[in-house]
Amino acid sequence: MTDAPQPTPGQPASPTAVPASTSIYRHRLATRVWHWVNAVTIVIMIGSGLTILNAHPHLYWGEYGANSDHSWFNPPHMPSYLTIPAGYNLAIARRWHLLFALVFGFGLLAFMVASLLNRHFQKDLRIRLKELAPSHLWFDLKEHLAFRFHDPKHPAAFNIFQKLSYALTIFGLIPAMIVSGLALSPAMTAAWPWLLAVVGGRASARSVHFIAASGLVVFIIVHLVLVILAGAWPEVKSMLTGWWRVPEDRAEEAA
Amino acid sequence: MSGIITRRALLTTGALGAGALLSGCDQVANTPALRKILFSGETINEGLQRALSNRGSLAKEYRPDQMSPFFRTNGTRNPNTPDYTAMVADKFSQWRLQVGGLVNRPLALSLAQLQAMPARSQITRHDCVEGWSAIGQWHGPLLGTLLKAADVRTTARYVVFTCADLFSGQHYYESIDLIDAFHPQTILAWAMNGHLLDVGHGAPVRLRVERQLGYKQAKYIMQIDAVASLAGIGKGKGGYWEDAIDYDWYAGI
Repeated sequence: MTDAPQPTPGQPASPTAVPASTSIYRHRLATRVWHWVNAVTIVIMIGSGLTILNAHPHLYWGEYGANSDHSWFNPPHMPSYLTIPAGYNLAIARRWHLLFALVFGFGLLAFMVASLLNRHFQKDLRIRLKELAPSHLWFDLKEHLAFRFHDPKHPAAFNIFQKLSYALTIFGLIPAMIVSGLALSPAMTAAWPWLLAVVGGRASARSVHFIAASGLVVFIIVHLVLVILAGAWPEVKSMLTGWWRVPEDRAEEAA
Repeated sequence: MSGIITRRALLTTGALGAGALLSGCDQVANTPALRKILFSGETINEGLQRALSNRGSLAKEYRPDQMSPFFRTNGTRNPNTPDYTAMVADKFSQWRLQVGGLVNRPLALSLAQLQAMPARSQITRHDCVEGWSAIGQWHGPLLGTLLKAADVRTTARYVVFTCADLFSGQHYYESIDLIDAFHPQTILAWAMNGHLLDVGHGAPVRLRVERQLGYKQAKYIMQIDAVASLAGIGKGKGGYWEDAIDYDWYAGI
Protein backbone atom coordinates (compact mmCIF):
# COMPACT_ATOMS: atom_id res chain seq x y z
CA MET A 1 0.00 0.00 0.00
CA THR A 2 1.11 3.58 -0.49
CA ASP A 3 1.20 4.10 3.24
CA ALA A 4 3.61 1.24 3.87
CA PRO A 5 6.71 3.18 4.96
CA GLN A 6 4.78 5.22 7.47
CA PRO A 7 4.19 4.22 11.09
CA THR A 8 1.23 2.01 11.82
CA PRO A 9 -1.83 3.83 13.16
CA GLY A 10 -3.23 2.92 16.50
CA GLN A 11 -0.08 1.18 17.71
CA PRO A 12 2.02 3.71 19.55
CA ALA A 13 5.43 2.41 20.46
CA SER A 14 5.49 3.98 23.90
CA PRO A 15 3.87 2.11 26.80
CA THR A 16 3.64 5.32 28.83
CA ALA A 17 1.62 8.46 28.20
CA VAL A 18 2.34 10.00 24.83
CA PRO A 19 3.15 13.65 25.41
CA ALA A 20 0.76 16.25 24.04
CA SER A 21 1.66 17.80 20.69
CA THR A 22 3.23 14.58 19.47
CA SER A 23 2.10 13.91 15.90
CA ILE A 24 0.76 10.47 15.22
CA TYR A 25 -0.10 8.97 11.83
CA ARG A 26 -3.68 8.05 12.50
CA HIS A 27 -5.77 7.73 9.34
CA ARG A 28 -4.65 5.72 6.33
CA LEU A 29 -5.22 6.96 2.80
CA ALA A 30 -8.14 4.61 2.11
CA THR A 31 -9.90 5.80 5.26
CA ARG A 32 -9.42 9.45 4.37
CA VAL A 33 -10.54 9.13 0.75
CA TRP A 34 -13.60 7.11 1.75
CA HIS A 35 -14.44 9.55 4.53
CA TRP A 36 -14.55 12.62 2.28
CA VAL A 37 -16.22 10.88 -0.64
CA ASN A 38 -18.89 9.73 1.80
CA ALA A 39 -19.21 13.17 3.38
CA VAL A 40 -20.40 14.48 -0.01
CA THR A 41 -22.28 11.33 -1.02
CA ILE A 42 -24.30 11.06 2.18
CA VAL A 43 -25.57 14.63 1.86
CA ILE A 44 -26.72 13.88 -1.70
CA MET A 45 -28.25 10.54 -0.69
CA ILE A 46 -30.16 11.99 2.26
CA GLY A 47 -31.29 15.09 0.34
CA SER A 48 -32.54 13.14 -2.67
CA GLY A 49 -33.88 10.39 -0.42
CA LEU A 50 -36.05 12.92 1.42
CA THR A 51 -37.55 14.05 -1.91
CA ILE A 52 -38.34 10.41 -2.72
CA LEU A 53 -39.87 10.05 0.76
CA ASN A 54 -42.03 13.13 0.08
CA ALA A 55 -43.45 11.35 -2.99
CA HIS A 56 -45.24 8.87 -0.73
CA PRO A 57 -44.73 9.71 2.95
CA HIS A 58 -46.16 6.50 4.36
CA LEU A 59 -44.24 3.44 5.56
CA TYR A 60 -45.56 -0.09 5.77
CA TRP A 61 -44.48 -3.59 6.73
CA GLY A 62 -44.85 -6.59 4.45
CA GLU A 63 -44.87 -7.39 0.75
CA TYR A 64 -47.13 -4.50 -0.31
CA GLY A 65 -48.28 -1.15 1.01
CA ALA A 66 -50.37 1.64 -0.47
CA ASN A 67 -52.62 4.37 0.82
CA SER A 68 -55.50 2.19 2.04
CA ASP A 69 -53.14 -0.23 3.80
CA HIS A 70 -52.05 0.15 7.40
CA SER A 71 -48.94 2.33 7.69
CA TRP A 72 -46.83 2.20 10.83
CA PHE A 73 -45.37 5.66 10.28
CA ASN A 74 -46.27 8.73 8.24
CA PRO A 75 -43.20 10.96 8.22
CA PRO A 76 -43.81 14.72 8.05
CA HIS A 77 -43.30 16.60 4.79
CA MET A 78 -39.59 17.29 4.35
CA PRO A 79 -38.90 21.01 3.84
CA SER A 80 -37.23 22.26 0.65
CA TYR A 81 -34.05 23.35 2.47
CA LEU A 82 -33.31 19.69 3.21
CA THR A 83 -34.25 18.12 -0.14
CA ILE A 84 -32.52 17.64 -3.47
CA PRO A 85 -33.73 19.24 -5.62
CA ALA A 86 -35.13 22.06 -3.48
CA GLY A 87 -38.38 22.16 -5.48
CA TYR A 88 -40.19 18.81 -5.63
CA ASN A 89 -39.00 16.82 -8.64
CA LEU A 90 -39.08 13.07 -8.18
CA ALA A 91 -37.39 12.32 -11.51
CA ILE A 92 -34.31 14.45 -10.73
CA ALA A 93 -34.16 13.21 -7.12
CA ARG A 94 -34.08 9.64 -8.43
CA ARG A 95 -31.29 10.53 -10.85
CA TRP A 96 -29.17 11.83 -7.95
CA HIS A 97 -30.10 8.98 -5.65
CA LEU A 98 -29.46 6.14 -8.08
CA LEU A 99 -26.17 7.54 -9.42
CA PHE A 100 -24.71 8.23 -5.98
CA ALA A 101 -26.03 4.93 -4.67
CA LEU A 102 -23.32 3.42 -6.86
CA VAL A 103 -20.67 5.64 -5.25
CA PHE A 104 -22.02 4.75 -1.81
CA GLY A 105 -22.21 0.99 -2.42
CA PHE A 106 -19.02 0.43 -4.36
CA GLY A 107 -17.25 2.92 -2.06
CA LEU A 108 -18.04 0.70 0.92
CA LEU A 109 -16.84 -2.35 -0.98
CA ALA A 110 -13.54 -0.67 -1.92
CA PHE A 111 -13.05 0.60 1.65
CA MET A 112 -13.70 -2.85 3.08
CA VAL A 113 -11.20 -4.51 0.75
CA ALA A 114 -8.59 -1.81 1.42
CA SER A 115 -9.15 -1.94 5.17
CA LEU A 116 -8.66 -5.69 5.24
CA LEU A 117 -5.48 -5.37 3.20
CA ASN A 118 -4.03 -2.49 5.22
CA ARG A 119 -5.26 -4.19 8.40
CA HIS A 120 -7.27 -1.16 9.58
CA PHE A 121 -10.16 -3.43 10.53
CA GLN A 122 -8.01 -5.98 12.33
CA LYS A 123 -5.89 -3.43 14.21
CA ASP A 124 -8.21 -0.53 14.95
CA LEU A 125 -11.76 -1.82 14.86
CA ARG A 126 -11.35 -5.23 16.44
CA ILE A 127 -13.48 -5.32 19.55
CA ARG A 128 -11.97 -7.32 22.37
CA LEU A 129 -14.18 -9.11 24.86
CA LYS A 130 -12.67 -7.32 27.85
CA GLU A 131 -13.66 -3.98 26.29
CA LEU A 132 -17.28 -5.07 26.51
CA ALA A 133 -17.07 -5.78 30.25
CA PRO A 134 -19.57 -3.58 32.13
CA SER A 135 -16.78 -2.07 34.23
CA HIS A 136 -14.87 -1.05 31.11
CA LEU A 137 -17.97 0.36 29.43
CA TRP A 138 -18.80 2.31 32.59
CA PHE A 139 -15.26 3.64 32.82
CA ASP A 140 -15.31 4.76 29.20
CA LEU A 141 -18.71 6.39 29.62
CA LYS A 142 -17.40 8.41 32.57
CA GLU A 143 -14.36 9.40 30.51
CA HIS A 144 -16.70 10.55 27.71
CA LEU A 145 -18.77 12.62 30.13
CA ALA A 146 -15.53 14.23 31.30
CA PHE A 147 -14.69 14.95 27.63
CA ARG A 148 -11.62 12.67 27.77
CA PHE A 149 -11.78 10.69 24.56
CA HIS A 150 -8.25 9.35 24.34
CA ASP A 151 -6.34 6.86 26.38
CA PRO A 152 -3.19 8.85 27.25
CA LYS A 153 -1.09 5.70 26.79
CA HIS A 154 -2.62 4.89 23.42
CA PRO A 155 -4.02 8.19 22.19
CA ALA A 156 -4.56 6.98 18.61
CA ALA A 157 -6.52 3.90 19.60
CA PHE A 158 -10.30 4.02 19.26
CA ASN A 159 -12.22 3.82 22.51
CA ILE A 160 -14.91 1.15 22.81
CA PHE A 161 -17.79 3.49 21.95
CA GLN A 162 -15.98 4.59 18.81
CA LYS A 163 -15.32 0.99 17.85
CA LEU A 164 -18.93 -0.02 18.44
CA SER A 165 -20.39 2.92 16.53
CA TYR A 166 -17.97 2.59 13.60
CA ALA A 167 -18.50 -1.17 13.43
CA LEU A 168 -22.28 -0.73 13.60
CA THR A 169 -22.13 1.81 10.76
CA ILE A 170 -19.68 -0.02 8.51
CA PHE A 171 -20.98 -3.55 9.02
CA GLY A 172 -24.59 -2.82 9.97
CA LEU A 173 -26.18 0.42 8.85
CA ILE A 174 -24.54 0.95 5.45
CA PRO A 175 -24.94 -2.71 4.35
CA ALA A 176 -28.58 -2.48 5.52
CA MET A 177 -29.00 0.60 3.32
CA ILE A 178 -27.55 -1.24 0.33
CA VAL A 179 -29.52 -4.46 0.76
CA SER A 180 -32.83 -2.70 1.47
CA GLY A 181 -32.15 -0.32 -1.42
CA LEU A 182 -31.57 -3.18 -3.83
CA ALA A 183 -34.72 -4.85 -2.51
CA LEU A 184 -36.70 -1.84 -3.76
CA SER A 185 -35.66 -2.54 -7.35
CA PRO A 186 -38.18 -4.79 -9.13
CA ALA A 187 -35.51 -5.93 -11.59
CA MET A 188 -33.02 -6.82 -8.84
CA THR A 189 -35.56 -8.70 -6.74
CA ALA A 190 -36.54 -10.75 -9.79
CA ALA A 191 -32.89 -11.59 -10.35
CA TRP A 192 -31.99 -12.05 -6.67
CA PRO A 193 -35.16 -13.18 -4.86
CA TRP A 194 -33.26 -13.51 -1.56
CA LEU A 195 -33.27 -9.70 -1.33
CA LEU A 196 -37.01 -9.73 -0.59
CA ALA A 197 -36.68 -12.71 1.72
CA VAL A 198 -33.99 -10.96 3.80
CA VAL A 199 -36.00 -7.78 4.42
CA GLY A 200 -39.45 -9.40 4.46
CA GLY A 201 -41.05 -7.85 1.38
CA ARG A 202 -40.83 -4.67 -0.64
CA ALA A 203 -42.86 -2.48 1.69
CA SER A 204 -40.63 -3.66 4.55
CA ALA A 205 -37.56 -2.88 2.44
CA ARG A 206 -38.71 0.74 2.26
CA SER A 207 -39.21 0.83 6.03
CA VAL A 208 -35.80 -0.77 6.71
CA HIS A 209 -34.25 1.73 4.27
CA PHE A 210 -35.83 4.60 6.22
CA ILE A 211 -34.85 3.24 9.65
CA ALA A 212 -31.23 2.55 8.64
CA ALA A 213 -31.02 6.02 7.07
CA SER A 214 -32.31 7.52 10.31
CA GLY A 215 -29.60 5.55 12.11
CA LEU A 216 -27.00 7.07 9.81
CA VAL A 217 -28.34 10.56 10.50
CA VAL A 218 -28.02 9.93 14.25
CA PHE A 219 -24.48 8.62 13.69
CA ILE A 220 -23.54 11.72 11.69
CA ILE A 221 -24.91 14.10 14.33
CA VAL A 222 -23.14 12.31 17.22
CA HIS A 223 -19.98 12.04 15.12
CA LEU A 224 -19.95 15.78 14.37
CA VAL A 225 -20.66 16.73 17.99
CA LEU A 226 -17.84 14.50 19.26
CA VAL A 227 -15.41 15.76 16.61
CA ILE A 228 -16.12 19.29 17.81
CA LEU A 229 -15.74 18.31 21.48
CA ALA A 230 -12.53 16.41 20.79
CA GLY A 231 -10.99 19.41 19.04
CA ALA A 232 -12.49 20.18 15.66
CA TRP A 233 -9.48 21.44 13.73
CA PRO A 234 -6.93 18.77 14.77
CA GLU A 235 -9.54 16.10 14.01
CA VAL A 236 -10.41 17.53 10.57
CA LYS A 237 -6.71 18.05 9.80
CA SER A 238 -5.94 14.44 10.68
CA MET A 239 -8.68 13.26 8.35
CA LEU A 240 -7.13 15.39 5.59
CA THR A 241 -3.43 14.62 6.10
CA GLY A 242 -3.53 11.47 8.20
CA TRP A 243 -1.45 13.10 10.93
CA TRP A 244 -2.99 13.89 14.27
CA ARG A 245 -1.51 15.94 17.07
CA VAL A 246 -2.15 14.50 20.52
CA PRO A 247 -4.28 17.10 22.32
CA GLU A 248 -3.66 18.54 25.78
CA ASP A 249 -5.58 16.71 28.44
CA ARG A 250 -8.52 19.00 29.11
CA ALA A 251 -9.03 17.75 32.65
CA GLU A 252 -5.43 18.53 33.56
CA GLU A 253 -5.73 21.84 31.81
CA ALA A 254 -8.70 22.74 33.96
CA ALA A 255 -6.96 21.63 37.14
CA MET B 1 -9.89 31.46 22.64
CA SER B 2 -8.42 30.63 19.29
CA GLY B 3 -9.87 27.17 19.78
CA ILE B 4 -13.36 28.63 20.00
CA ILE B 5 -12.83 30.75 16.89
CA THR B 6 -11.55 27.75 14.98
CA ARG B 7 -14.46 25.67 16.16
CA ARG B 8 -16.94 28.34 15.15
CA ALA B 9 -15.23 28.79 11.80
CA LEU B 10 -15.29 25.06 11.19
CA LEU B 11 -18.94 24.81 12.15
CA THR B 12 -19.80 27.69 9.85
CA THR B 13 -17.72 26.21 7.04
CA GLY B 14 -19.33 22.81 7.55
CA ALA B 15 -22.87 24.20 7.58
CA LEU B 16 -22.14 26.40 4.55
CA GLY B 17 -20.56 23.44 2.80
CA ALA B 18 -23.59 21.20 3.31
CA GLY B 19 -25.89 24.05 2.25
CA ALA B 20 -23.77 24.79 -0.81
CA LEU B 21 -23.84 21.09 -1.68
CA LEU B 22 -27.64 21.01 -1.51
CA SER B 23 -28.11 24.11 -3.65
CA GLY B 24 -25.13 23.20 -5.84
CA CYS B 25 -26.93 20.00 -6.77
CA ASP B 26 -29.69 22.06 -8.35
CA GLN B 27 -27.10 24.04 -10.33
CA VAL B 28 -25.53 20.79 -11.54
CA ALA B 29 -28.89 19.37 -12.62
CA ASN B 30 -29.53 22.54 -14.67
CA THR B 31 -26.14 22.62 -16.43
CA PRO B 32 -26.36 20.55 -19.65
CA ALA B 33 -22.88 18.97 -19.49
CA LEU B 34 -23.22 18.06 -15.80
CA ARG B 35 -26.80 16.95 -16.31
CA LYS B 36 -25.46 14.45 -18.83
CA ILE B 37 -23.14 12.97 -16.16
CA LEU B 38 -26.00 12.91 -13.66
CA PHE B 39 -28.21 11.11 -16.19
CA SER B 40 -25.47 8.58 -16.99
CA GLY B 41 -26.54 6.80 -13.79
CA GLU B 42 -29.44 5.26 -15.73
CA THR B 43 -27.10 3.72 -18.32
CA ILE B 44 -24.69 2.49 -15.63
CA ASN B 45 -27.46 1.00 -13.50
CA GLU B 46 -29.16 -0.63 -16.46
CA GLY B 47 -25.87 -2.10 -17.64
CA LEU B 48 -24.89 -3.28 -14.16
CA GLN B 49 -28.26 -4.80 -13.42
CA ARG B 50 -28.33 -6.59 -16.72
CA ALA B 51 -24.74 -7.77 -16.31
CA LEU B 52 -25.36 -9.04 -12.77
CA SER B 53 -28.72 -10.64 -13.44
CA ASN B 54 -30.33 -13.16 -15.72
CA ARG B 55 -32.44 -11.27 -18.23
CA GLY B 56 -34.96 -14.06 -18.22
CA SER B 57 -35.36 -14.06 -14.42
CA LEU B 58 -38.95 -14.08 -13.25
CA ALA B 59 -40.57 -11.55 -10.97
CA LYS B 60 -41.88 -13.00 -7.73
CA GLU B 61 -45.40 -14.41 -7.98
CA TYR B 62 -47.61 -14.40 -4.90
CA ARG B 63 -50.34 -16.57 -3.40
CA PRO B 64 -53.96 -15.36 -3.58
CA ASP B 65 -53.94 -14.69 0.18
CA GLN B 66 -51.02 -12.28 -0.28
CA MET B 67 -52.95 -9.94 -2.57
CA SER B 68 -53.68 -6.33 -1.61
CA PRO B 69 -57.21 -6.03 -0.22
CA PHE B 70 -57.59 -2.87 -2.28
CA PHE B 71 -55.57 -2.09 -5.42
CA ARG B 72 -55.48 1.68 -5.83
CA THR B 73 -55.56 3.40 -9.19
CA ASN B 74 -53.00 5.94 -10.33
CA GLY B 75 -52.18 8.14 -13.30
CA THR B 76 -55.23 8.40 -15.56
CA ARG B 77 -58.27 7.02 -13.75
CA ASN B 78 -60.56 7.58 -16.72
CA PRO B 79 -59.45 8.91 -20.13
CA ASN B 80 -62.85 10.70 -20.39
CA THR B 81 -62.47 11.45 -24.09
CA PRO B 82 -65.66 11.20 -26.21
CA ASP B 83 -64.16 8.28 -28.16
CA TYR B 84 -63.20 6.38 -25.03
CA THR B 85 -66.48 7.03 -23.26
CA ALA B 86 -68.32 5.72 -26.34
CA MET B 87 -66.17 2.58 -26.30
CA VAL B 88 -66.94 1.98 -22.62
CA ALA B 89 -70.65 2.42 -23.37
CA ASP B 90 -70.67 -0.35 -25.97
CA LYS B 91 -68.32 -2.55 -23.94
CA PHE B 92 -65.40 -2.12 -26.36
CA SER B 93 -67.17 -4.07 -29.10
CA GLN B 94 -65.77 -1.68 -31.73
CA TRP B 95 -62.33 -1.46 -30.10
CA ARG B 96 -59.51 -2.97 -32.16
CA LEU B 97 -55.98 -3.45 -30.91
CA GLN B 98 -53.69 -2.42 -33.78
CA VAL B 99 -50.37 -4.25 -33.98
CA GLY B 100 -48.13 -2.66 -36.59
CA GLY B 101 -44.84 -0.97 -37.29
CA LEU B 102 -42.00 -3.31 -38.29
CA VAL B 103 -44.17 -6.40 -38.68
CA ASN B 104 -44.93 -8.52 -41.74
CA ARG B 105 -48.57 -9.17 -40.77
CA PRO B 106 -50.24 -6.16 -39.14
CA LEU B 107 -53.09 -7.18 -36.84
CA ALA B 108 -56.33 -5.59 -35.75
CA LEU B 109 -57.69 -7.67 -32.87
CA SER B 110 -61.07 -7.34 -31.24
CA LEU B 111 -61.40 -7.79 -27.50
CA ALA B 112 -63.18 -11.13 -28.12
CA GLN B 113 -60.25 -12.33 -30.25
CA LEU B 114 -57.79 -11.26 -27.56
CA GLN B 115 -59.84 -13.04 -24.90
CA ALA B 116 -59.89 -16.21 -27.02
CA MET B 117 -56.10 -16.39 -27.06
CA PRO B 118 -54.21 -18.64 -24.62
CA ALA B 119 -53.76 -16.57 -21.48
CA ARG B 120 -51.46 -16.44 -18.50
CA SER B 121 -52.55 -15.61 -14.94
CA GLN B 122 -50.04 -14.13 -12.56
CA ILE B 123 -50.23 -12.59 -9.11
CA THR B 124 -47.49 -9.99 -9.10
CA ARG B 125 -46.47 -6.83 -7.32
CA HIS B 126 -46.99 -3.42 -8.89
CA ASP B 127 -44.34 -0.95 -7.70
CA CYS B 128 -45.11 2.71 -8.23
CA VAL B 129 -42.19 5.08 -8.79
CA GLU B 130 -43.55 7.06 -5.83
CA GLY B 131 -42.94 4.20 -3.44
CA TRP B 132 -46.21 2.34 -2.88
CA SER B 133 -46.75 -1.29 -3.89
CA ALA B 134 -49.87 -3.36 -4.50
CA ILE B 135 -50.28 -7.01 -5.32
CA GLY B 136 -52.92 -8.09 -7.82
CA GLN B 137 -53.78 -10.87 -10.20
CA TRP B 138 -53.43 -10.20 -13.93
CA HIS B 139 -54.73 -12.32 -16.77
CA GLY B 140 -54.18 -12.10 -20.52
CA PRO B 141 -52.16 -13.36 -23.50
CA LEU B 142 -48.40 -13.05 -23.68
CA LEU B 143 -47.32 -9.99 -25.64
CA GLY B 144 -44.86 -12.34 -27.33
CA THR B 145 -47.74 -14.40 -28.77
CA LEU B 146 -49.13 -11.31 -30.53
CA LEU B 147 -45.72 -10.23 -31.77
CA LYS B 148 -45.08 -13.69 -33.20
CA ALA B 149 -48.51 -13.70 -34.84
CA ALA B 150 -47.71 -10.32 -36.38
CA ASP B 151 -44.29 -11.66 -37.45
CA VAL B 152 -42.02 -8.94 -36.08
CA ARG B 153 -39.20 -8.11 -38.48
CA THR B 154 -35.61 -8.65 -37.45
CA THR B 155 -34.93 -4.92 -37.69
CA ALA B 156 -37.22 -4.19 -34.72
CA ARG B 157 -35.65 -3.48 -31.33
CA TYR B 158 -38.43 -1.88 -29.31
CA VAL B 159 -42.17 -2.10 -28.88
CA VAL B 160 -44.13 1.14 -28.45
CA PHE B 161 -47.57 1.32 -26.83
CA THR B 162 -49.97 4.13 -27.68
CA CYS B 163 -52.86 4.60 -25.29
CA ALA B 164 -56.33 6.15 -25.26
CA ASP B 165 -55.64 8.54 -22.38
CA LEU B 166 -54.40 12.05 -23.08
CA PHE B 167 -51.65 13.91 -21.27
CA SER B 168 -51.37 17.59 -22.27
CA GLY B 169 -53.27 16.76 -25.44
CA GLN B 170 -51.14 13.81 -26.53
CA HIS B 171 -51.80 10.11 -26.18
CA TYR B 172 -49.86 8.40 -23.39
CA TYR B 173 -47.08 6.24 -24.80
CA GLU B 174 -44.46 3.91 -23.39
CA SER B 175 -41.90 1.51 -24.78
CA ILE B 176 -39.93 -1.58 -23.81
CA ASP B 177 -37.21 -3.50 -25.59
CA LEU B 178 -37.82 -6.78 -27.39
CA ILE B 179 -36.24 -8.87 -24.63
CA ASP B 180 -38.75 -7.56 -22.10
CA ALA B 181 -41.49 -7.79 -24.74
CA PHE B 182 -40.89 -11.53 -25.16
CA HIS B 183 -40.40 -12.17 -21.41
CA PRO B 184 -42.71 -14.96 -20.17
CA GLN B 185 -44.41 -12.63 -17.66
CA THR B 186 -45.02 -9.78 -20.10
CA ILE B 187 -48.74 -9.96 -20.84
CA LEU B 188 -51.57 -7.82 -22.17
CA ALA B 189 -53.94 -8.05 -19.24
CA TRP B 190 -57.66 -7.82 -19.99
CA ALA B 191 -58.68 -9.19 -16.58
CA MET B 192 -57.61 -8.29 -13.06
CA ASN B 193 -58.39 -10.00 -9.74
CA GLY B 194 -60.84 -12.32 -11.49
CA HIS B 195 -62.97 -9.76 -13.33
CA LEU B 196 -62.74 -7.78 -16.56
CA LEU B 197 -60.23 -4.95 -16.30
CA ASP B 198 -62.08 -1.85 -15.07
CA VAL B 199 -61.71 1.69 -16.37
CA GLY B 200 -59.58 2.80 -13.42
CA HIS B 201 -56.99 0.11 -14.09
CA GLY B 202 -56.83 0.56 -17.87
CA ALA B 203 -59.77 -1.11 -19.65
CA PRO B 204 -59.88 -2.85 -22.00
CA VAL B 205 -56.19 -3.85 -21.96
CA ARG B 206 -53.07 -2.83 -20.10
CA LEU B 207 -49.48 -3.93 -20.29
CA ARG B 208 -47.86 -5.91 -17.49
CA VAL B 209 -44.13 -5.76 -17.83
CA GLU B 210 -43.07 -7.17 -14.47
CA ARG B 211 -39.60 -6.17 -13.22
CA GLN B 212 -40.25 -2.52 -14.10
CA LEU B 213 -42.04 0.34 -12.32
CA GLY B 214 -45.68 1.34 -12.63
CA TYR B 215 -45.34 4.06 -15.28
CA LYS B 216 -44.17 1.40 -17.75
CA GLN B 217 -47.42 -0.57 -17.29
CA ALA B 218 -49.31 1.30 -20.04
CA LYS B 219 -53.10 1.35 -19.63
CA TYR B 220 -55.89 1.82 -22.24
CA ILE B 221 -53.69 0.37 -25.00
CA MET B 222 -54.89 1.17 -28.54
CA GLN B 223 -51.86 0.44 -30.64
CA ILE B 224 -48.64 -1.55 -30.47
CA ASP B 225 -45.80 -0.75 -32.88
CA ALA B 226 -42.52 -2.53 -33.38
CA VAL B 227 -39.80 0.04 -34.10
CA ALA B 228 -36.06 0.05 -34.75
CA SER B 229 -35.37 3.13 -32.68
CA LEU B 230 -37.12 5.35 -30.14
CA ALA B 231 -35.80 8.49 -31.86
CA GLY B 232 -39.01 9.23 -33.75
CA ILE B 233 -41.35 8.57 -30.80
CA GLY B 234 -42.46 11.69 -28.91
CA LYS B 235 -39.32 13.62 -28.01
CA GLY B 236 -37.21 10.52 -28.41
CA LYS B 237 -36.85 9.23 -24.85
CA GLY B 238 -39.33 6.42 -25.28
CA GLY B 239 -42.24 7.41 -23.10
CA TYR B 240 -44.53 10.21 -21.99
CA TRP B 241 -42.97 10.69 -18.55
CA GLU B 242 -39.47 10.16 -19.90
CA ASP B 243 -40.03 12.97 -22.42
CA ALA B 244 -42.04 15.26 -20.16
CA ILE B 245 -40.07 15.20 -16.91
CA ASP B 246 -37.01 12.97 -17.43
CA TYR B 247 -38.05 9.78 -15.69
CA ASP B 248 -35.66 6.96 -16.56
CA TRP B 249 -36.64 4.90 -19.61
CA TYR B 250 -35.13 1.91 -17.81
CA ALA B 251 -37.48 1.58 -14.85
CA GLY B 252 -35.93 -1.50 -13.25
CA ILE B 253 -35.16 0.45 -10.05
